[in-house]
Amino acid sequence: MSGQAPLVSFTSVTRSYGEGGGLVRALAGVDLDINRGEFIAIMGPSGSGKSTAMNIIGCLDRPTSGSFRFLGVEVNGLTQDQRALLRRNFIGFVFQGFNLLNRTTAIENVELPLIYRGMARHERRERAMEALHLVGLADRENHTPGELSGGQQQRVAIARAIVTDPLLLLADEPTGNLDTQRSQEIMELIARLNEERGITVVMVTHEPDMAAHAHRIIHFVDGRIASDQQKAAA
Amino acid sequence: MLWETVKLAMSSIRRNVLRSVLTLLGIVIGVGAVIAMVTLGNGASTKVQENLAKLGSNMLIVRPGQSTFGPGGTSDARAFDERDVAALKNNLTGIKGVAPTAQKQAKTVYGSLNYDTSVTGTNSDWFAVQDWTLADGRVFSDSEMRAGASVCVIGATITRELFGAQDPIGERLRIGNFSCEVIGHMAAKGQSAFGSDQDSIVVLPLRTYHRRIAGNTRVGTISISVIDANDISRVQRDAEDVLRERRRIVPGEEDDFTIRDLTQILATMASTTTILTGLLGAVAAVSLLVGGIGIMNIMLVSVTERTREIGIRLAIGALERQVLTQFLVEAVVLALFGGVLGIAIGLGLAAAGSAVMDVPFNADLRVIALAFAVSALIGVIFGYFPARRAARLDPIEALRRE
Ligand SMILES: Nc1ncnc2c1ncn2[C@@H]1O[C@H](COP(=O)(O)OP(=O)(O)O)[C@@H](O)[C@H]1O
Ligand SMILES: [Mg+2]
Repeated sequence: MSGQAPLVSFTSVTRSYGEGGGLVRALAGVDLDINRGEFIAIMGPSGSGKSTAMNIIGCLDRPTSGSFRFLGVEVNGLTQDQRALLRRNFIGFVFQGFNLLNRTTAIENVELPLIYRGMARHERRERAMEALHLVGLADRENHTPGELSGGQQQRVAIARAIVTDPLLLLADEPTGNLDTQRSQEIMELIARLNEERGITVVMVTHEPDMAAHAHRIIHFVDGRIASDQQKAAA
Repeated sequence: MLWETVKLAMSSIRRNVLRSVLTLLGIVIGVGAVIAMVTLGNGASTKVQENLAKLGSNMLIVRPGQSTFGPGGTSDARAFDERDVAALKNNLTGIKGVAPTAQKQAKTVYGSLNYDTSVTGTNSDWFAVQDWTLADGRVFSDSEMRAGASVCVIGATITRELFGAQDPIGERLRIGNFSCEVIGHMAAKGQSAFGSDQDSIVVLPLRTYHRRIAGNTRVGTISISVIDANDISRVQRDAEDVLRERRRIVPGEEDDFTIRDLTQILATMASTTTILTGLLGAVAAVSLLVGGIGIMNIMLVSVTERTREIGIRLAIGALERQVLTQFLVEAVVLALFGGVLGIAIGLGLAAAGSAVMDVPFNADLRVIALAFAVSALIGVIFGYFPARRAARLDPIEALRRE
């Protein structure tokens, strides 16, 4: 891994909202490199800029100043569609609120990113089934989100995030809406994806129990990185 | 990808059937009205043309006075007489025949039965000029016409009403205190262009009619049948010259008679239809505009309601174009749904109207295809703005929305 460009690279990144007296600096100068294969937990108090950083890493947002590179590419200069292509090809998202399409079955939700890639129906089904199988929901393919429990919905969301074989899985408080038991299951699933499939994982969490699964823990305070600890490899 | 989008559009319409239908009312009404009126109009004009054809093609109708067409011409103008008919017949070329008609309502009696009908005096040309076919018997001979013989030819209604299954040939029919021998009866022709029963008729030689029924020598109208349709205007000019000379109308003075060409009447009817179609088009355009605005409105509501869904799609990697297409297809499917509903309702109304008005029901495929295309176009035009709004959403903002 050593010779390669980092997967994600922040240099003096700031992100401000509003202007004048109402200006909020969500990120106030962040330098950060994330390499392939890492499993990172981002922690910090509410409003410290964790989600803002995740949005930039996910190419959903762009810095106000500074440089953000994804696979060595400066994202600041890219159009909305170019960033959509980066997301489509390299990034999977898991949100706190699951963000599945209601009234749409589990398998159809998982197929969605493949539809936008223009994949043929048959291959799409097959890959979506594989992903559902991986998250342990092969028997729930035709259930809509309303017919699934919170933990199951989050598994569908994870299946949707990894069905495209992304380099990077971004999870913003993935267990925030789940009880301890379900949270542990989801964490184990995410850890397994990192370990077995080599997917880089960046995850925001408030709970030290969850963060304990990660190899590197970054603390945000007031839009800055307060600490960045590498856990000794087990 | 397109099929996925169409399926998606269908399901979002199905989710809100009532709302969709209400939104589409403008398009349904606009398309329905056009389809109904055009289809009915087609049927009506087909019927008028059939009737005019039945009336006799390539026909010129000569009436005294500068009257407008239709029953009830002016009475103060000098009537024609038998010599005018003879003059026309002798001087015109390229004609099939010249037939005078004088006519009156009268009660006809046979045995214990009677029937009110139209009694017409004419010559033997009349049968050919008016396209009549004899079912049995013969028409008047020249000598019968010269002598004013007491013979008559009857229409199918009279045959049915007075004779029933009996053979009328050779029987004597009474009209007032005059009686005539039935020498022929005609095949049925049906209703006229004005809705009257053409078969309720008793035909007498003109002289017989003048002496025994009318008590004068007037001829009401003269019909001239022209052999070649291209010859009609020439024959019309020649007939005008003949009649002006006979009626001693000096140059510069106006005709005191009218010669009408049936094709002119057809043209008049066609132009009326054009005006109607124009009006209808305006009404339809307004309805479609209202329908289009309805679609724009509902699509904007839909984009707002589904902001989060759009955010998910964008985050997952949907391109602007793909989101735009999705909402555009949805608008088009919605509009087409309205168009098809309008076409169905329009055709239904036209079918009912055709039955009531007794005109043939002929749906014009081109008009239906056009209505379909216009509906789709409305979907594209009025769906574009909401679709673009959806495509331009910021994924983060959209995901944050509840
Ligand atoms: N769209 C926005 N408009 C204005 N302020 C924002 C917006 N998004 C985030 N912020 C502000 O930026 C700061 C960091 O927010 P966020 O990154 O969501 O924090 P965290 O995820 O760590 O709780 C907060 O003060 C928040 O209020
Ligand atoms: Mg947050």
